Order: sequence, then structure tokens, then C-alpha cells
Amino acid sequence: MFPKPIQSMSPAARLTYQVLLPVMLVLWLLPLLGVAVTSIRPSSDLAQGNYFGVPSYLAFSNYLDVFKNSPFASYMLNSFKVTIPTVIGAVALSCLTGFALAVYKFKGNLLIFFIFVAGNFVPFQILMVPVRDLTVKMGLYDTITGLALFHVAFQTGFCTLFMRNFIKALPKELIEAARVEGVGEWQIFWHIVLPLVRPAIAALSVLIFTFIWNDYFWATVLTTGADTQPITAGLQSLNGQWVAAWQLVSAGSILAALPPVAMFFLMQKHFIAGLTLGAVK
Amino acid sequence: MSEPHAETGTPAPRRRRLNRKLAPWLFLAPGALMFLIYVLIPIVESMWISFFQWDGLSAKTWVGLSNYLELLDDDAFYTSLKNNVIWLVLYMLAIPFGLFIALFLNQTVRGIRIYKSLFFFPFVISQVVVGLIFSWFYAPGFGLFFELTKWLDGTGIAILANPNTVTYGIIAAGLWPQIAYCMILYLTGLNAVAPDQIEAARLDGAKGIKMLWYVVLPQLRPATFIAVVVTVIGALRSFDLVSIMTDGGPFGSSRVLSYYMYEQALSEYGYRMGYGAAIAVVLFAIMMIFISGFIWKMWRDERGL
Repeated sequence: MFPKPIQSMSPAARLTYQVLLPVMLVLWLLPLLGVAVTSIRPSSDLAQGNYFGVPSYLAFSNYLDVFKNSPFASYMLNSFKVTIPTVIGAVALSCLTGFALAVYKFKGNLLIFFIFVAGNFVPFQILMVPVRDLTVKMGLYDTITGLALFHVAFQTGFCTLFMRNFIKALPKELIEAARVEGVGEWQIFWHIVLPLVRPAIAALSVLIFTFIWNDYFWATVLTTGADTQPITAGLQSLNGQWVAAWQLVSAGSILAALPPVAMFFLMQKHFIAGLTLGAVK
Repeated sequence: MSEPHAETGTPAPRRRRLNRKLAPWLFLAPGALMFLIYVLIPIVESMWISFFQWDGLSAKTWVGLSNYLELLDDDAFYTSLKNNVIWLVLYMLAIPFGLFIALFLNQTVRGIRIYKSLFFFPFVISQVVVGLIFSWFYAPGFGLFFELTKWLDGTGIAILANPNTVTYGIIAAGLWPQIAYCMILYLTGLNAVAPDQIEAARLDGAKGIKMLWYVVLPQLRPATFIAVVVTVIGALRSFDLVSIMTDGGPFGSSRVLSYYMYEQALSEYGYRMGYGAAIAVVLFAIMMIFISGFIWKMWRDERGL
């Protein structure tokens, strides 16, 4: 095991390691594997108490049933409708704030930065009543816009932390040189800094996509029905309706988990880079 | 604009100077405004609301500190507070477990990258899905966990139905993604551990636990710090799993402050916004202790730059 490379150990140790890897993985993912198998198990198996044996046939139709018997498609669509604008909005706003906080020296710079950071960590409950109230007053309660607006605002905290640190790490000389040349501030932002922060934008986008897609709390506080609720809230209400229809709950869960998982695998490098920001110094 | 020692330069550079003073505020404005409206003002508003009796619709009635005084006498509040402490303590297990898995996976063999990403899986999926998965795992009658305990003790343990075990059952579900998160932090940290130091320590005869404690862990300090921060915040913010798996039950025994607040302010149990706000303020105060510590460390680092 650790720091010592496995290659420098005895063949027996190496073999043990190779065998242990998949065993540990299966144990680690056991609950998930169980759900995956249940999602293709025919309901007749469950009725007969065959929960763990080999499914009598592979009932991929469970996945179809989820769509046929519930507003599942609508929930999924709502999730995209909330998530995509939020990602764009929060990333755009934080490119601006991050640039301001990283490039300029002004009074209160650090204070404003820390307010963004601290705000990002507060418990949602301290915001709940006023934000719900505000959304109602704006006539946006139970709308996708209302939910997305809040997410954009809240995620700006984390995104600002992220963009500011990233831009701060860029070589200052670039900006200084541009200023000497007489390039305007907006031009510096748009033509010099933005192209350089593309990797950070990619990392942030995947992260925020996952955060928003997986949000449950605000979905239940700011929206109510199948017309507006995203999949997390929808899944919970379907779970109530599909009492004991575990094959459907399982299939629904797998479907709800797919977009962030796909996102993670497509953009793994960026995702991890974003998440571990600051873990290496 | 007042320019005390106004230079007699051409208008162009002067305009640029002005621009540079104004620019940061213009860049900040949209994001800061949104953050102000949706995050900062609501915090103050919640504190204000906590001094009122309010159902969310009719007029507010000023009640002073009576919401807080009621909390002092509320058993459900103490249950929630106690559970929050249990969450906070047990959630910390994610850090050593995450480190252990990271060390285990920190090898270069074929396919290890796929293993690393598959181990990370639980973090990527929603807590709603994690909650449903674990509800199924624990389900009395057929859940895998139930079957295992049945095989051991003959009757089986319905962990979510028992007020004495339910919180532990939910925390175990929460630890699953949290361990994955800590693991990835440590894997990244391990990438940066200096091989020459390991080699030097090895020549000095350091091995196993000693090597880990005196050589590797000190180098992983930034990763450990972030792991502690995200784990503390995660533990105190826990809401989704409690809501999905038990709705705070049985008999309110798995409530945490975040859930109890929601229940008081926005559920069939009543629309007691003021009382809910008071609970939220308590939770906020607890979290601010940790957040201030984090900010304080960031501030020290910034000054060191």
C-alpha cells in the first residue's frame, strides 16, 4: 500500500492488490448496484419476493413505464430549464466579479471577497423565508425563472471565489503591458483575461451544473407542481405515489442521476480540478 | 471628478484613469447586486422576522424574544440540536475513510483511473437519489442491510424505524458521498507529495504509520483543511437526506435544525415563519463560528501573499 509503489512489492502483494481493487469497488457501490439491478427487475419478481436473485427476465420496460405513468419527462425537462440558464448566469456574473476582485486594488476589495465566500457557506434556512417571500412578491413563485434567479445569485458566491483565485494566478505583466499599450479595461477583460480563463469556466460550469441539478431544498421551497419542479423534487413526490414499486423508484433514480454522471465522465479533469481548488498548495 | 494634483495630460489618459477607478465597481455591480438581494438582505430579514409571530400572510406581530424563549423549552429543538452534534462528530469520519481509500487507490496500475472515478461516483449523484438508494438498502422485509442483520440476529434491524438508530442510519447514507469527496481531495493532494521526501524518509527507516504520520500527512495539510471545512458545512447543512429518508421521523427523532426549521415554517405542521426564523438564526450562529474560522485563515493566507 501507500507511497510505496505496488510495482516494487512482491508478486503476491501485487496480485492481492489487483484482486482487492474490484472487490472493494463492488462493496463500495453495493447499494447503487442493487438499485441498478432492481431497475431492470420485473415487478412480478418483486411480488414473489425475488429481490436479490437473478431477474427472471430483464425488464427494461420499467424505464418506459416511468415515462408513461408519470410526468417524469416534464420533471427532467424542468431540471434542464433551471440548470442551464443558472450555469450561464452564475458563470457570467462571476467572471465579472472575479475579474474586479483579482485585478483591481481598491478599498474593501478583500472585505467584499470574503462576504461572497462567507455567504456561500450560510445555511439555506436563514434565507428561506425572505427569499420565498421575495419570489412570491415578484410574482415568480412556482416558476422556473424564480428558481433559476435565486440559484444564479447564490452560486455567484462560490463562483466568485473560484474565478477570483484563478484570475489572480494569471501573470500580472499581461494586464500591465496591455494598459501601457492603452487598451481599455473592458477590452482587457474581454480580449485578454476571458480567453485565458476558459479552463476555469469549463470547470465551474460542470460543477455548477451538478450542484443545481442535484438541488432539492430550493426546488421544494420555490416550486410546487410537475409543471415547474425539477427532477429531484419530482422523484421524491413520485416515490410517494409509487409506494412499494421499487423497480420504478429505482429506474427513476438511475435516470435522475444520469445527466450529472454523464457530465462528470465527459469533463472529469475539469470537474476534479474545480472541486479540489485549494487542496494542493 | 476631483483630481487634487490634476495633470495637464491629454484627455485620453485622464479618461482612462477615471475609468480605472470606476471599472471595478462596474464589473462588480451585477453580481454583487444579485448577491445582496438574494443572500445578504435575507439574512438580516430572517433575524428581524425571528422577533415576530407571523404565518407568512397576515400582518406580523412583534413578540420580542418570545420565539427564542419558546425554543429554550422545546424538546424538539433539543432533539434537533443533539442530532446536529451527532452529525457533526460522525461526519468527521469521512476524512480518515477518504484518506484511507485515497491511499489505497494511489497506485499506478492498469485501469486505476477508472477505479478512481467509479469510487467518486456517490458524490456526483443527488442526495435525493442517495437517500432513495439507502432507504431501499435499509428497507425492512427485503433491504440488503435488513437481510444481512436478519442473517446475524434472526429478526433483522429496521434501522430507520427505530428512534435510537435512525439518525445513525441517515448519517451512514450521508457519509457515502462525503467519503468520496474527501477521497478525491486527498488523491489530488497525494499527487503533489514530493517523492524525494518520501525516499529520504524511507532511507531513514520510516515505514507504514510512521511514514504516514510524519511525512505524508503534513504535506497533505491543505487537503485536510478543505476536507474539514466541507465536511463541517455538509454536516450542519444536512437536510435532503433527513427529508427524503424519514421526514424527521419516527416521532421526530431524526430531525436536525435545518429540517425542524423547514417543518415549522413551511409544512402542514404550520406556517410559523417567526419561530422557524429563530431556529434558522440559531443554526446560522453555529455555522458562523466555523465560517469565521475559515475566513480568518483565508485572511491570513491573503496577507501572506
